[in-house]
Amino acid sequence: MLGVLFDGIAYGSLLFLVSLGLSVTMGLMNFVNLAHGAFAMAGGYVCVIAMTRFGVPFLATLPLAFVITAIVGAILERTLYRRLYGASHLDQVLFSIGLTFMSIAAATYFFGSSQQPMRLPEFLRGQVHLGGVDFGIYRLFLVAVVAALTTLLGFLLSRTRFGAQVRASVDNAQAARGLGIDVDRVFSVAFALGSGLAGLGGALGIEVLGLDSSFPLKFMVYFLLVVVVGGAGTVKGPLAAALLLGVLDVAGKYYVPQAGAFVIYAAMVILLIAFPAGLFGRRR
Amino acid sequence: LTALGRMRTVEVVFWLVPLAAFLLLPGYLVLGSQILIVALFALSLDLILGYAGIVSLGHAAFFGLGAYAAGLLAVNGWGEPLSGLLAGAAVAALAGFLASFLVVRGEDLARLMVTLGIGLLLYEAGNRAAFLTGGVDGLSGVVMGKIFGVFAFDLGGRTAYLYSLAVLFAVFVFLKRLTSSPFGLSLRGIRENPARMAALGAPVRRRLIAAYTLGAAIAGIAGALLAQTTQFVGLDSLAFNRSAELLIMLVLGGTGRLYGAIVGAAVFMIAQDYLSGVNPVYWQFWLGLLLVVFVFFARGGILGAVEAVAMKLGARSARRADSGGVE
Repeated sequence: MLGVLFDGIAYGSLLFLVSLGLSVTMGLMNFVNLAHGAFAMAGGYVCVIAMTRFGVPFLATLPLAFVITAIVGAILERTLYRRLYGASHLDQVLFSIGLTFMSIAAATYFFGSSQQPMRLPEFLRGQVHLGGVDFGIYRLFLVAVVAALTTLLGFLLSRTRFGAQVRASVDNAQAARGLGIDVDRVFSVAFALGSGLAGLGGALGIEVLGLDSSFPLKFMVYFLLVVVVGGAGTVKGPLAAALLLGVLDVAGKYYVPQAGAFVIYAAMVILLIAFPAGLFGRRR
Repeated sequence: LTALGRMRTVEVVFWLVPLAAFLLLPGYLVLGSQILIVALFALSLDLILGYAGIVSLGHAAFFGLGAYAAGLLAVNGWGEPLSGLLAGAAVAALAGFLASFLVVRGEDLARLMVTLGIGLLLYEAGNRAAFLTGGVDGLSGVVMGKIFGVFAFDLGGRTAYLYSLAVLFAVFVFLKRLTSSPFGLSLRGIRENPARMAALGAPVRRRLIAAYTLGAAIAGIAGALLAQTTQFVGLDSLAFNRSAELLIMLVLGGTGRLYGAIVGAAVFMIAQDYLSGVNPVYWQFWLGLLLVVFVFFARGGILGAVEAVAMKLGARSARRADSGGVE
């Protein structure tokens, strides 16, 4: 019971890490980005390639995954995403599905469609025994990393000038622009940061979620779900939603394995009906 | 209004193409019936997206429901095709009616998520209920009776092709009349501005529910048709990829025109047949690239581009006629 709860929390914190960037995109610019999982996949491949081809140690690949996907995200935002901010949701959906298909095809072309092998370093493997329950060391590590990052992000958003600008732009982009905040630039930086976090999440998640070329579609729903249920543009909302979904999904797979992914999809529809504006959503 | 509902010469020629294909390309009838069925499916999405403006990422749910309904009927000994179609339509319509209450109340984003969720839910249900649907192996052993008790399905797919064409044409004529009726016009109004239509006294909610239910029913017919003509129902009839590709075809052809759905389906299926024969991975890449390019440069789709060119030519010839008159 406790073990399932813990696994769910580890899983949920990973979902949170990947989805946070999406919550900025959807909350700040009202952009439906189905391609967000592609950034996570990119981070995962950066990690695997760096480890297997260049012998970089696992911990050192993590910042690498963050930086490279952040750069890719920044470039795509500048060249493509930016042009569609004012477009209809249908256009955004089509564009991001197109991007997703291209990323999947590219990943299959370069790396094949099989699961990528992943060898964790020795000190992250195994279990620790605490109060009658086994905790996977890697999952403890995962929760610790995400907790540290969340604290950092919370600080960034609530205490720094940039954070104030992000919050102002989310609340009311027009008024923020009127006050002299460069909303476009704020969004570029936020988009790059979000892509980077997704990449980091993808790299950290290889052990938990696996990594193959169908990753962006396989987990697309989970990321979208975290944002839609959590309400966009905050840290607290997606965090709560991600933990809830993580625990539900793991518990569902553990206790009713015959139902498979049914539990999570049913939870999704029910949550959407019960909280149309998200768990912490404000009514507009 | 009646003029909108009547056929023009171009349209007659358009419908002669699939008939000519039947006579001239007997080796491609299987692909041909696939195109006709997918075109029918795309028409159903055009009604709800192109006319009513409801964005959907899970339309395959209704296609799959129709397919399984017709397939299960036939497996269990009821092989009469037309009643099978009706059964598929009825099941899908019921599901669509129930789902419509969730779909009509949200904004675009909520609609996307709800339709996506319903689609995935049904896929997973189909996957898990293997005792009924055959799970990932699919539902085989579909045995069809003769259409009207006269025309048996043959191996070459001639009956299947003509049957699909007849159903497609019948549904098309129905939709053509429907979309040029006051009901269809009110749907277009709601797509453009729901608040204004409500202010004008149109029952926005009820119209959207009706359109969505009807769209689901037609998708169910398309699914049932696929089950009957291929005598097999695969789990992929419910998959997300089917919904996404459907959206792509419709946008490729041009939304809100009915013909766009058919042209888009034909172009898409032929390209897929050719390119994925070369290499399926390349096909997915080119498809993605095509989507991105289309969003940026050709939002009206193929028919939109054709219309724009025709308009330009028309304007030029009109100008020439004008200047000729002055001289």
